[in-house]
Parts: sequence; C-alpha cells; structure tokens
Amino acid sequence: MIDWVPLWLSLRLALVTMTILLLLGIPLAWWLAYSRPRWKVMVETIISLPMVLPPSVLGFYLLLAFSPANGLGKLLDHWLDIRLVFTFHGLVVASVIYSLPFMINPLLAGFRSLPPDLHEASRTLGKSDWTTLFRVLLPNMPASLITGAVLSFAHTIGEFGVVMMIGGSIPGETRVASVAIYDEVQSTHYPQANRYALVLLALSFTILLLVHLVNHRYNKSKSTP
Amino acid sequence: MMEFQATKMLHTTQGHQLLDINFQLQKGSILALYGPSGAGKTTILRILAGLTDVTTGYVRIGEEVWLDTARHIDLPTRHRSIGFVFQDFALFPHLTVRQQLEFALPKKADQMIITELLTMMELEELQHRKPALLSGGQQQRVALARAIARRPQLLLLDEPLSALDDEMRYKLQDFILKAHRSYGLTTILVSHYLPEIFRLSDDVIILEKGSIQRQGAAASIFLEEKISSKFKATGEIIDITPADIVCIISILSGNSIVKVVATATEAASLHIGQKVMVASKAFNPIILPIK
Repeated sequence: MIDWVPLWLSLRLALVTMTILLLLGIPLAWWLAYSRPRWKVMVETIISLPMVLPPSVLGFYLLLAFSPANGLGKLLDHWLDIRLVFTFHGLVVASVIYSLPFMINPLLAGFRSLPPDLHEASRTLGKSDWTTLFRVLLPNMPASLITGAVLSFAHTIGEFGVVMMIGGSIPGETRVASVAIYDEVQSTHYPQANRYALVLLALSFTILLLVHLVNHRYNKSKSTP
Repeated sequence: MMEFQATKMLHTTQGHQLLDINFQLQKGSILALYGPSGAGKTTILRILAGLTDVTTGYVRIGEEVWLDTARHIDLPTRHRSIGFVFQDFALFPHLTVRQQLEFALPKKADQMIITELLTMMELEELQHRKPALLSGGQQQRVALARAIARRPQLLLLDEPLSALDDEMRYKLQDFILKAHRSYGLTTILVSHYLPEIFRLSDDVIILEKGSIQRQGAAASIFLEEKISSKFKATGEIIDITPADIVCIISILSGNSIVKVVATATEAASLHIGQKVMVASKAFNPIILPIK
C-alpha cells in the first residue's frame, strides 16, 4: 500500500510556497520592471542565483543560516521561538528562496511585454500605482501569472537537494515525496519508489498539460477576438 | 490662464539639444504644437502631464501650481486634472468601451457623463466591444471619450489623428471640436497636419530644435501674405498638368480634389507635394504657398 503522507506534504509545501511567492513576487517583479535605481541589477542577479547554483550549495548556506547555533537562526529561536532547521516552516522558507526566480522571471517578462503607455494612461486617468497594477497591468498578463504560479509550484514539488540539506527526512514533517523516493530506493523498495514516482510523473504531466491548454486558449482568444 | 516654462536636455536621433520653452495659454482655447520630429512637441505634453522630468520648470493652471522646481513642487500625474490621448490610443485591451469610460470616472462621479459621451462620440452600439474589435477611428473616439470622462481642465492630444485616413480625420476633428466646446476644455494638440491646425487651433506654436520659432494664429504665421478672401482652404498639390498655354493644378484639400487654372509662370514656382492655400476672391481662385 502507498503511504500518502509524503505526497500530501509535497503538495502542501508547493501550495504554500506558490501562494507566498505570488504575494511576494507580484510587487517585487513590478518594482523591478518600473523602477530605475542602478543597483536593481544586483537584486535581479541575487534573485536569479538559485537557477544556476547547485541546490546543495544553497541548502548548505541555508542550513548554516537557520542553525540555532548561528546568527539568524539564534535570533529566530530566541526571540520568536521559531526553528527553521528540520521543520516544515524551514522547508517553506527555503522553497520560497529556491523557487523565487521561477515566479519572478515570467512576471517580469509579462510586465515588460506590456506597452509602456498602458501604465501611463492609467496614471493620467488619476489612478494610483496600486489600482494600475491590479486593474490594468495584471489583467493583461494572465499567461505570465499562470506560468509563474505553475513553474514555482512544479519546481517546489520537484526539489530535492535543498530539502535534504535543511529538512532531512522526518516522516510527516519534512519527508516530502522526492525524499521518500530516495529513501525507498536506498532500502531497495523499488515497487514503493515506483508508486511515488508514478504519482509525481502523472501530477507533473497533468499540470503542464493544463498550462499549455490555458495558454493555447488565451493566445487563440487574443488572435481571434 | 495657463503658464508653462521648462528647460530640459533632449536626447534625440539628431543628438543632444536643450528644450527651453515658455508660453501662456488662455483658458478655453486650443493650442497646436507644430514642428519637425525631435523638436520637443510630445515632451511638452509629457511635462504637462508629469510623465517626464525637467531640469527647471514651472506649470500653473489657473491658481493651481502643478510644477515649480524652484519650490520643489511636482504634483504626481494622478493628481493633475488632465486628459491625455496617446498617439497609439493606449486603450486597455481587457476592458470594453463602456468599461474604459467607467474606469476613467472618479469615484462618486455622476455616471451620466458616460452615456452622454457614448452618444456624442457615436459609440453606443459599440459600447460592449473590446478595443481589438474596433477600427482605428473608433479606437480614437474611445480614447478621446475616456480622456474627457473625468472632466479634466486640460486636454492633451498627441498626434491623435495621424494614423487615420482623410475622411476619418475630418470627422474626428468635428468630435474634438464638439467635446472641446461642450466641456469647456483647454486643449493642447500636437499635429503635423496643416489643415487640421487651421481647422482646430486658436493659436499655434512652431517649435524647432527645442525652442519656439513663432507663435500666433495659424493664418498669420503660416501664410506669407495676408489676403482678404471670400474662401480659404489648405491642401497639397497632387498634380500639375500643362494644357495649352495654362496649367491645371490639382490640389487635395480634405478629401476632395480642387482643380485650379494657373499660368505657366505661376506653375513654375509650384511643385507636387507642396502645401498650399487656395483662396478665392470675388472671381478667380489663387494659390499661395505655405511657409
């Protein structure tokens, strides 16, 4: 019989991460698209770093940072009683950092593909930046929003190195599906590993199929209004 | 009364040049900005709208100061009472015609103006369509209606008719005039098109390389000599055909072609593509080149 807990944990982690990334990513990408400070290229570089960095490197530094023996981890532990190492919360924080570029890049591309005078037209009609963002800009880039949400969701489901480094494999807490597959293979339980792998494969395929269908329909409705 | 003063470095395809402009405008009038591209026409509109920064500047509309660099006043765009019609209209692709106007309306404003504008611009039948389903002329009318919906003090039009054919232009000039009069607007219009300037503007500023070359009424600054005539129309020479001892000059004015007879000597000073004014005194029409 399949143990559904790791799959449920992966799903929960991906949903929470995606939601936080949407809330964080929209204002951040908007700021990157429309602000002018020179040091913003530095921010863009830092955000993109997880795309090229080996997950174990990122996981290692996060492990050091979150450790209750060191600076940030010590502060969180002492003042807020929050421990991020080997906990679900820690996985969420790490996943948000790890999947940030997968949310930011599609959103940034979306903002940059909008005609600049859309933004200006809204301002000349007396609208605030906030109203412009939610009522003019975002409704005109649904494909970017969907792509960002799905990519960050799928990327979180698939992460392994970072989770292993800072979460380990605590059943019901940090043992997500990708880690469970690894554990089962280590214990030579191939049929069990195969079940997890098949579920992840089916899930990934369905999600990507849905995205392509939505984008296809959106592009079609745009070309034949 | 409106006062405008600004200096700013312009970076154009012809290199760097200083924009240094100073003018005043009567409330309720229509001012046309005319000049070659890169002269700074659109920049003036953008400075008025608060969309472009200046080195030094002062903008006052009535008693309200929108910009005063000396006193560090720079009212954000959304607090300036303007309506801006962009060159490519900048309609919101996801909203229908009616929704564009509703979006533009300030909170608690009377919804009546939407119906009124839809009627005035002949858009009632199209009100539930999105911009992608509208022609260029229809989009222009929506952009104009949307800019007016919030009852701005200042209407700024950036070459709004440049993408349209002559017949549509003529009709839309009517809409602009109608809206300008009905809502008591002060309007500034950027235009390359002389017949449009003659028809719409009370005052013209000719800009060149960032500064004002001439300012005044269209007829007084575009024509070499003043004439007292019964009828005047501007147009462009599209054909010169010699016929025996005279020449027949065909002039496109609005969407009609006028044929005028000229002597060979007169025709020698004219060429195809030249902008001219056709004026008729009691008898023969005469052709005058426009500067």
